[in-house]
Amino acid sequence: MVSPSHPRQDHATLAEKFNRDEARVDWHDKTLWFIREKRDRAARTLPEWEDLREAASQIKNRVLDNLRDYLLQFEAQAQRNGVTVHWAANAEEHNQIVHRIIQQAGVTNIVKSKSMLTEECHLNDYLQEKGITVVDTDLGERIVQLAGESPSHIVLPCIHWKKEEIGELFHKHLGTPAGNADPKFLTGAAREHLRQRFMTSRVAITGVNFAVAETGEVVVCTNEGNADLGVQLADVHIACMGIEKIIPERKDLGIFLRLLARSATGQPVTTYSSHFRRPRVGQTMHIVLVDNGRSARLQEESFRNALKCIRCGACMNTCPVYRRSGGHSYHYAIAGPIGAILAPALDMKQHADLPFASTLCGSCTHVCPVKINIHEQLYDWRQVLARQGYVGGVKKLGLMGMAAVLARPRIYRWSGALGRWFMKHMPALVNNRLNPWYKQREMPAVPRQSFQEWYRQNRQQHGQQR
Amino acid sequence: MKVALFVPCYVDQFYPQVAIATLEVLEKQGVTVVYPTRQTCCGQPMANSGFEHLATGCNENFVESFADCDYIVSPSGSCVLHIKDHLHVDGAEEKTASIRQRTYELVEFLTDVLQVKTLTSRFPHRVGLHQSCHGQRGLKLSQMSELVAPPFSKTGQLLGLVEGLELVQLNRADECCGFGGTFCVAEEAVSVKMGKDRVADHQAHGAAFITGNDMSCLMHLDGILRRQNSPTKIVHVAEILNAW
Amino acid sequence: MRSTPTSQALPSTPHTATVDELTTRFETTLTGIGGNVVRVFSWHEIMEYIRGTFTSAQRIISAVPALDLPAAVTPADPHSFEDVDLVVLEPYFGVAENGAAWLTDSRMPDRALPFIAQHIALVLRVQDLVPTMQEAYARIGSEQYELGTFIAGPSKTADIEQSLVLGAHGPKSMTVFLLQLS
Repeated sequence: MVSPSHPRQDHATLAEKFNRDEARVDWHDKTLWFIREKRDRAARTLPEWEDLREAASQIKNRVLDNLRDYLLQFEAQAQRNGVTVHWAANAEEHNQIVHRIIQQAGVTNIVKSKSMLTEECHLNDYLQEKGITVVDTDLGERIVQLAGESPSHIVLPCIHWKKEEIGELFHKHLGTPAGNADPKFLTGAAREHLRQRFMTSRVAITGVNFAVAETGEVVVCTNEGNADLGVQLADVHIACMGIEKIIPERKDLGIFLRLLARSATGQPVTTYSSHFRRPRVGQTMHIVLVDNGRSARLQEESFRNALKCIRCGACMNTCPVYRRSGGHSYHYAIAGPIGAILAPALDMKQHADLPFASTLCGSCTHVCPVKINIHEQLYDWRQVLARQGYVGGVKKLGLMGMAAVLARPRIYRWSGALGRWFMKHMPALVNNRLNPWYKQREMPAVPRQSFQEWYRQNRQQHGQQR
Repeated sequence: MKVALFVPCYVDQFYPQVAIATLEVLEKQGVTVVYPTRQTCCGQPMANSGFEHLATGCNENFVESFADCDYIVSPSGSCVLHIKDHLHVDGAEEKTASIRQRTYELVEFLTDVLQVKTLTSRFPHRVGLHQSCHGQRGLKLSQMSELVAPPFSKTGQLLGLVEGLELVQLNRADECCGFGGTFCVAEEAVSVKMGKDRVADHQAHGAAFITGNDMSCLMHLDGILRRQNSPTKIVHVAEILNAW
Repeated sequence: MRSTPTSQALPSTPHTATVDELTTRFETTLTGIGGNVVRVFSWHEIMEYIRGTFTSAQRIISAVPALDLPAAVTPADPHSFEDVDLVVLEPYFGVAENGAAWLTDSRMPDRALPFIAQHIALVLRVQDLVPTMQEAYARIGSEQYELGTFIAGPSKTADIEQSLVLGAHGPKSMTVFLLQLS
């Protein structure tokens, strides 16, 4: 699987490219807004919705406060259930562990259901290099995998693909008739194609939605049943999870499962919410607990609560920027607002542009089922990135000049007047192609005088000056 | 009651009529309004770009200008929110805390402090209300569509008192317009697309005017409307409240 | 580290409802997500419905003793169930708010069956409906199952342009018999 762009372009550049096809942007925006509306309707069926969000948020806070203890409790319980627990400090270790388990099973073909963690760790690329073929079994993930892309959305991996394009792709890879773009037909074709993989794969990887410290079980939610089918037909089940997926008790699932699917797609619940506690007789089960920067994040007061995320994708569906720039413009496994606060924690230099890919409108924070203050963290990341020198020189120079002017009332008045004089008398100075404002927008009309000037003329003589 | 008028820098320079309307609306309510003439800016342009640390001079100037008054009122939800959330001067914590607490956006000052129940304004037009994000989600000038909570709108409440004004419904009641400070130039393509989509929603519902509590959003929408040669105009809510 | 709340602030909304209300809500919800709900008043009615509906089913497996249908021969290789057309199971209870039914391995002849069969049918007694997932987990308690799963409707996907298609990888249909014995 290749990333959508090498060498990497920044979000603004990729978003500009996405916007060259306005009809497609409209389609993308409307599709995702439709899901946001479904989420709203689903939330409104529960008068206790805001209480549920608060409860979920508090449970997750408690998890972050006591993560170490819960992880150890989880490990002990899982081991008691006959599950092998592995610890991975980073992506590399995670990939090595998974590879070793597959090697021990002696297979070269495996199936995998959706796991954003394995995307984060680039597991597919790693295993591919080792000669192991991974088939993603979630339909959307399979589509982007066949296309050599990464998912553009954590819940709806191929939300950027049109059915005609998927028809073409299936024609090429699965031999479906050319020109058939009927979703039902194409889904049927994928079902046949993937059934064969399920029937022949002896190792199945799944992600984890929730891991219960009290019981040592992991919960995996899908609509397609691909995680279940993969696991139940395999000899080895490998469940990969970030350490923040822990919840204290089984009963907490009552809160999270009420929120997850409603927030994600507006469904009352996913079709399957499977609780894997013990492997089947003859089967082995492994759980890989991955840190990959999480415990470091836990120490940062401003950013720790991004770890509360349950990967519902609601912040993406509501984000007016995401809807109009597409998931790949974020050049990270997790796109949208939540990706923009997770990515810089992993690599500040690579992802310094992402916290700026937002208007700070705050919609994300308020759809978030676990109340992550996403837009405040975007603001805080900007401060960190600027202080550490990751914000472009031109922007910095401009803002330094601006700050200098705005700190000095006399210079401010003088430069304001000067600026307005130039805009009025030499409009070409600003109305040109170098001015990004002017490209698709008119500049504000220039008034004869500023409010200050008006005030001095009209009011100050009345002694209303301070 | 002494109210100090805080006029955002770009309103001062480009939209003096909005500041004048704000001043007159307040005066019509019998409030004594002063305008500290050394004021410049709230510091948000630097801070939202990550350079909060460059805004020190700007913040000191703000504190100096507004230390002495009962209330600070401004026709901008965004600048007010920035002051409330981020105004900080080393060694003057008490002063800044007091300023943060005394700063109000114009509409909330009218509805919450003055508790205005009647207005003598008239604006016989179809008007679309753009809910600027910082005013709405930050200052809670109206209920946001994300929450499962009873609806309210302080701006809508005041516009309801204006004679002849007809408020239009929108498909997306509170989607961001895409201005976003430096976002509007740094992410020009997405910013403009967001603005075009907002404008189209108002136009589809027959709005002759688009109003709002933030001139920055309206400036962005105005730039798009004028490039389209659209008959739809923008007008700040202070201008409507002051119209007769 | 930091202060830890001692008790968890779960919303304690009392979800009380009558059997009729729960039945209606379950039926509406499950139907809305692609499930098929059949209200029945006897075991005989279930048999009639299955015989009349799944006419082309070659291989049916049932784990419901009260129904005159073949049981699975276990243990077996789970792959051997690939040709099962219909599996009939008896969940412990259903959840009115989301149309889900709770099954554990002890009610599955093989763990693969609920997922590999072409169609699934569940028999649920109306008195075994709970209002929400919170009551559901209260009912599950600390049960020591090996595999537990909530199933809410047929396997489905909307990955292709958000068009809902039933029958992604698992069952193409789910029928729930809401049984009210007099």
